[in-house]
Amino acid sequence: MNELFTVLATAAPEGGTEGGGIASWIDLIYLISAIGFILSLKWLSHPSTARRGVFAGEIGMLLAIVGTLIKTEIVDYRWITLAMIVGAVVGAPIALLIKMTAVPQRTAFSHALGALAAGLVGTAEFYLHGGELSRVIMTAIGFETILGYLTFTGSLMAFGKLQGVLPGKPIIYPGRNVINLSIFGGAALCGLYLVLNPGATFLFPWLIGLSLVFGVLLIMGIGGADMPTVIALLNAYAGLSAAAMGFAINNKLLIVAGALDGTSGLVLSIIMCRAMNRSFTNVLFGGFGATVAKAGEEEERTVRSIHPEEAAQILESAQSVIVVPGYGMAVSQAQHKVRELFDALSRKDIDVRFAIHPVAGRMPGHMNVLLAEAEIPYDKLFDMDEINSDFPQCDVALIVGANDVVNPAARTDKGSPIYGMPILNVDQAQTVMIVKRGMSAGFAGVGNELFFMDKTMMLFGDAKSYIGDVVKELSGVHA
Amino acid sequence: MEDVLITGLYVFVIAGFLGYSVISRVSVLLHTPLMSLTNAISAISLVGSLILAGSNRGTMATVLGTIAVGCAFANVVAGFLITDRMLKMFKRKEPAKS
Repeated sequence: MNELFTVLATAAPEGGTEGGGIASWIDLIYLISAIGFILSLKWLSHPSTARRGVFAGEIGMLLAIVGTLIKTEIVDYRWITLAMIVGAVVGAPIALLIKMTAVPQRTAFSHALGALAAGLVGTAEFYLHGGELSRVIMTAIGFETILGYLTFTGSLMAFGKLQGVLPGKPIIYPGRNVINLSIFGGAALCGLYLVLNPGATFLFPWLIGLSLVFGVLLIMGIGGADMPTVIALLNAYAGLSAAAMGFAINNKLLIVAGALDGTSGLVLSIIMCRAMNRSFTNVLFGGFGATVAKAGEEEERTVRSIHPEEAAQILESAQSVIVVPGYGMAVSQAQHKVRELFDALSRKDIDVRFAIHPVAGRMPGHMNVLLAEAEIPYDKLFDMDEINSDFPQCDVALIVGANDVVNPAARTDKGSPIYGMPILNVDQAQTVMIVKRGMSAGFAGVGNELFFMDKTMMLFGDAKSYIGDVVKELSGVHA
Repeated sequence: MEDVLITGLYVFVIAGFLGYSVISRVSVLLHTPLMSLTNAISAISLVGSLILAGSNRGTMATVLGTIAVGCAFANVVAGFLITDRMLKMFKRKEPAKS
């Protein structure tokens, strides 16, 4: 062991004078920490190993903290202790008490915190060097600060929209893309100028301010149903900002962890975009969903509305049922009632499965978490591609609070804003039941032909109470 | 300095590709836990915050550093706890029927 220590000590990187030995131990700790993060993501690939993944991540983070705290540069632990206590006191209750339906806004809020930390560190690094920074470091600090601050305000905006503090519909005004791009361009130019002339410290507050404003404006134009993509993208930015910090303070662990996060966020947002058949630019600059539906044509069309008793009878005589959950299920907190329905039907030997569209809900995988919370076994949850071919053989497709993701206009109507988006083929099921509050259009503001089909029945009401009534009927008759 | 940059870029690019291949394999089922886990990991900016808050480089650095440590640590704690809370809920078999 001692020999290893000597070897490491002699191999110490420059910069460590008498702390050289310690410094190489720290590098080693960081390396193990990075391995922890990688394993953490690897184990997350499957539910059976996923919790081990969290554990590996925690170990990785613990090692990162310990490795940092034993650095010789750190001489004062008072503020660190205080801040960590405050952080834990704020963070733990949020994580333990929050409702599962509120996970998207929690994630957004958490992104805001992490990104603010990156921004603040970048700011301090800049001023500590008092305008004497190498180009490489200034570039890194520029990236770190711009990404950090725009992610901070952007995530706060996303939080506000998801929490309902801010209006969920995109706010659009003429020339908005030009304004947004000029603001971002301004921030980038400040950064570029500072790289070339690090002495121009007066520009730095501008860089910060423009980034903060850009974050607000960027998310302002994005509507609720695009949140899955946006949250994933903000995740990527937070990661890239951490990686930039790694370049600024020459820390490989930050680079590794930041790169992992950056790609993770990017991969997820690409998956989300693909699931909507839209491009990144369209999500970010399209102002999708701001258009108001042309209500004119569909004034007097009738739909078939049925009572819970009838719905229960139809479900009872089915052999296979596919439930399609959407954001509406989350809004009405109906997942536990859905679980009761699942139980009631399963007891009658009816095959119940769940079809989950990648962009259902407000963040990637949102529906899966809600259904898991209601203790629905995860092998009953199916991805769009896995289950889409089964709809023709299914007796009842029960749609709970989903709209655009089941709208056949995406296949047929070239003029529709959602044309080309892959959808769940519920219209091929024998019977379609739609639990819905009223006839309002979905997020995309498009009417849904599905409501008017002969085999469609509308189950008007709040999802939670309506499904509750159906369950009562189902268990009442045969109790 | 150039060496440091190049090594950093190597690490960044390789970690990025590694991340891509690992993340692509994550089950669609777990995308929300994946996001909260990577959210927790992105709070690795805690490392920079700790150095800033503890290295006694003047009031400005200590104040900004302390705020940053608080934010990043809240992010770490909340991120890991809620990821675990979510994953606990994913069960394959039906729990005992009542």
